[in-house]
Amino acid sequence: MNKRSLLAGPYILWITGFTVIPLCIIIKYAFTSRDGGFTAENILAMFTPVHLKAMTFSTLAAVICTLICILLSYPLVMAIRRLGLRGGSFSVFILILPMWVNFILRLLAWQMILSNNGILSMILERLRLPAWDISNSKTAIIIGLVYDYLPYMVLSLHNSIDEIEDDLIEAARDLGANGLRIFFRIILPLSVPGLLSGIVMVFVPSMTSFVTANVLGGGKQQLIGNVIEEEFMVTMNWNLGSGLSVILMVFVLISMTFTARNDDPGSESKVW
Amino acid sequence: MVDRFKNFICRSYIAVIMFFLYAPILVLIVSSFNASRSRVIWGGFTLRWYVDVFSSRSIMEALYTTLAIAFLSSLIATLIGVTGAIGISAMRLRNYKIVMAFTNIPMLNADIVTGISLMLWFVKFMPLGFSSILLSHVTFNIPYIILSVMPKLQTLNVSIYEAAMDLGANRVYAFFRIVLPELTEGIIAGFIMAFTISMDDFVVTYFTKGAGVNTLSTMIYGELRKGIRPELYALSTLIFAAALIVLIIVNIFTERKPEKSSGRL
Amino acid sequence: MNKTITGAMILICLLAALTGCAKGEPENSLTVFNYGLYIDESVLSQFEDETGIRIKYEEAPTPEELYTKYKSGAIKYDVLCTSEYMLQRLINEGELKEIDFSDMQNVSDIGEEYWEFTRSFDPENKYVMPYFWGTVGLLYDKTKVHGDISSWDVIFNGEYAGDFIMPNSMRDAYATALKYLGYSLNTTDEGELREAQELLLSQKKDVSAYLVDEARDEVIAGNAAMAVVYSGEAYYAYEENHDFAYCLPEEGTNLWIDCWGVTRHCENVENAKKFLDFLCREDIAWANYEEVKYASPVKSVMARMSEEGLASDAINPSPEKLAKCEVFIQLPEETTDLLSSLWKELKAQ
Repeated sequence: MNKRSLLAGPYILWITGFTVIPLCIIIKYAFTSRDGGFTAENILAMFTPVHLKAMTFSTLAAVICTLICILLSYPLVMAIRRLGLRGGSFSVFILILPMWVNFILRLLAWQMILSNNGILSMILERLRLPAWDISNSKTAIIIGLVYDYLPYMVLSLHNSIDEIEDDLIEAARDLGANGLRIFFRIILPLSVPGLLSGIVMVFVPSMTSFVTANVLGGGKQQLIGNVIEEEFMVTMNWNLGSGLSVILMVFVLISMTFTARNDDPGSESKVW
Repeated sequence: MVDRFKNFICRSYIAVIMFFLYAPILVLIVSSFNASRSRVIWGGFTLRWYVDVFSSRSIMEALYTTLAIAFLSSLIATLIGVTGAIGISAMRLRNYKIVMAFTNIPMLNADIVTGISLMLWFVKFMPLGFSSILLSHVTFNIPYIILSVMPKLQTLNVSIYEAAMDLGANRVYAFFRIVLPELTEGIIAGFIMAFTISMDDFVVTYFTKGAGVNTLSTMIYGELRKGIRPELYALSTLIFAAALIVLIIVNIFTERKPEKSSGRL
Repeated sequence: MNKTITGAMILICLLAALTGCAKGEPENSLTVFNYGLYIDESVLSQFEDETGIRIKYEEAPTPEELYTKYKSGAIKYDVLCTSEYMLQRLINEGELKEIDFSDMQNVSDIGEEYWEFTRSFDPENKYVMPYFWGTVGLLYDKTKVHGDISSWDVIFNGEYAGDFIMPNSMRDAYATALKYLGYSLNTTDEGELREAQELLLSQKKDVSAYLVDEARDEVIAGNAAMAVVYSGEAYYAYEENHDFAYCLPEEGTNLWIDCWGVTRHCENVENAKKFLDFLCREDIAWANYEEVKYASPVKSVMARMSEEGLASDAINPSPEKLAKCEVFIQLPEETTDLLSSLWKELKAQ
């Protein structure tokens, strides 16, 4: 045991106290029935139609949201790079600024924009375009989710694409590669680490959020997060709520191991 | 010509995305000047909400709590996280991997699971209140600090540290003079990240807060159902403006820095 | 190196201690639990100024959420306000303390008929104090509806598809369907409940949203033509704009009364009593009425009521209409469980 590794003591105490123990508690609840006996019912409850439906919708919403974020982010990051806005923190700056306005208020603003009598329908009416009724719909929730998490995707892609040397691209161009080829053969492979961390940062929260669906779904659309919240806050079945949380956690962890980067500390830097 | 056309396309695309990101904020800013409390009717221009916001005790208390929690939790998380990161990086590979796996849990875990599990734990030994919110914020902030400091630790040039030791510096001195400056950038980035996340957190706070304690997030969520007080639009416009100014200043600062230090690499 | 570790530890402990102390609990406080939009919040600070008792105020949108938050034990509430069937449950579970109302000066201003009302679940009038009462009905925008609105039919026949709001509160939602079908809203018959479920499931595609406190503002904002709301919400909307009207459907509906009770966690009952008495004081009861627009059991408030208010079904429904209304009672556990699972199925659909 290296003496220096003792420095991790307070931290290890902390995660034991506030991450590991709470996790054990929630797992204990998950495997206990309401009268206190052992049961696997709360876990198996995920496979009842009601919960499967919410879970499928959540997964679908999260996948769509992640895909849209990826599709919107690449061109944006490339455009920023092309216009030479990189280097300085300009682009980062402009992206994180909205995050300083409370996210519930930003969702509320979306509600004002999308509601039946809202700003969007007013604009469409002025332009004599047909009304687009998306208030309280699945589409509205997905717009909200994309809005919430797009900056995370852009930032993490930006971080890895920004590091690509211009020389590399110049060289490819000199060798006759066209723009598309450069993108698929150089930029895309080199941006994979950023892409993966972006996926984690977008997929996980969009899979589990309940506020977005509450604000933009009008109580009609339920993500698995809403179901869990209701178990804890309305029906007061903590055991079932914990059971569903545990399944959700396992599901998220499994889907993330496919994307998580194998984080290996290089051996030569191990001194510190 | 083609290049200029392409640049035009790029600019338009950036503009469209920016519009998407800023449209709701524009709506909020406009609402903060709306004299009518209604969300849809324009009742004329007013600055009243900007005055009222400072005399509303509940809003000011929530703002204070939000800032106090964000600052204290980031600070404590930084202390624990930085020492923790140094400790972890000195571990053997197997232990390193185990600890890092646990570090990732709060980040990979759904907020709702983190919040609920902490609530279930806290109710067993302490009353919920300011301190329970603080403890849970520290918990989800630490990983951000560790993950932003760890890469810097891994690329740290060990020979400088060893040279300092050879020249007779003791470990503590060498740490503060050699190691810490190298980590500063990571620490600041982690701190800002933690502060922002803590400011914006709703779910974990919602489950771990006690009676009569509100952060801006939980307050706004409560008001969402009842109709938001326009004072809150005014407050968020002010916060937005403050963040804008701070970021512009920081931006001017960091724009200059790379020129000075670029030779060091 | 060891010095660094101990140093760091001490610093962390110090910080933790500091933040712990900085927010010490004030001695003289009262934790109050209420529905959202159900009090004029300025009376809370007035109470604090007058008595020096600090109020910690918490809210929940529906009786079920209020009950869960209370039962979770995360927060020890001193006094709470909820509806009759939840109070019945709390009394049965021994959660409420007996209160001696006799020495509370302003409480005597509450009309005898309301004590009579609460005797159905609090036979000796020793646990709860009436606060507001009302009905569940339809708030609608006269400019957006055609014909007379007099029945629950309008929300089930698809005529206003996508243009009405249902309550996001389990018992209220089922009450509308059960009443429309001609059943009791306290039914324990599984067949009747399933029939109501079929009706609500087929109705869901037409529902604009399921909301509680926001419903009123959505109708005022013009986002929906009608909503199932509590009577006070409707009267509030009517006072904003006379285009809004309230209908007590002819099939009958729910009549409710919300009351305050003191929980078993309350250590300083005198403070709680001061607060309850304060709520009945003439000026305070009036301020609360002005804010929430529900019918008050306090006589002085009804005496000051406008002609318009007294003529409105939302404040002062006629005895014939009231005769068709039914009060919720606490359902047996298996019915509650069935209802919860049906509700979940409906919401997930």
